[in-house]
Amino acid sequence: MNRKNPLPNSNPNSPNSSMQALHFLQALARIARAAPKPAHSARTRQIRHAAYASMAHSSRSSRRTWSRALLHRLRQWQQQRPGRLLTVRRRVRIVTPITSRPEEPARAETLRQLVPGGRGMEYCNLLEETADYVQCLRAQVQLMQTLLDAFSS
Amino acid sequence: MSSWRSRSRQSNSSRISEEQINDLVSKLQMILPETRIRNNDRVSSARVLQETCNYIKSLHREVDDLSERLAELLETTDMTSSQAAIIRSLLM
Repeated sequence: MNRKNPLPNSNPNSPNSSMQALHFLQALARIARAAPKPAHSARTRQIRHAAYASMAHSSRSSRRTWSRALLHRLRQWQQQRPGRLLTVRRRVRIVTPITSRPEEPARAETLRQLVPGGRGMEYCNLLEETADYVQCLRAQVQLMQTLLDAFSS
Repeated sequence: MSSWRSRSRQSNSSRISEEQINDLVSKLQMILPETRIRNNDRVSSARVLQETCNYIKSLHREVDDLSERLAELLETTDMTSSQAAIIRSLLM
């Protein structure tokens, strides 16, 4: 995938992505300084955790349903035994099943699974939240790629 | 005013929100990268949703992959010495 395409709405110099970058860098520095040095898989997991946490904490997203749901999910991950972090997902369903929404396009169900907190949203809100989530996710990917490039040179 | 409010409630509210939904779907279409139908005007909203799902999944995979590579990098690089320069370049 070509990551160098200039994309709209992804100004890397906006305050939102600066906060996101700072948060991620701080987390990365903490992970790097950890002693004794964790195993490669544990470190990968911590970095991935930090990536999603930075997304959820950026100033644009902190008002969003998806960021609250994501933070909740991250906290659940942290409380489980390390070996099971990425395999166990407990979801408490507090809304009626999605089969009761026949007026939505079929793909909306998949979208609800992909966007944190998507299950409880009205379709209208789901579309809004998805747009915000995608922009944040893309900014995080760009940030991580920039870091990799900077450190590898 | 109360008369406006009662009129809008009596009108077909699903038509109003359908326009709203179409606006949101086209906004979503603009966010998708160029290779994924952004410039195509004749795309159905179902297609936009499909491409959005694919895009999100690929972004998740990228986060996983980049986390792995960053972890490798942390093992071999002295992070703290270059951290200040990186931060400066990112925030400017």
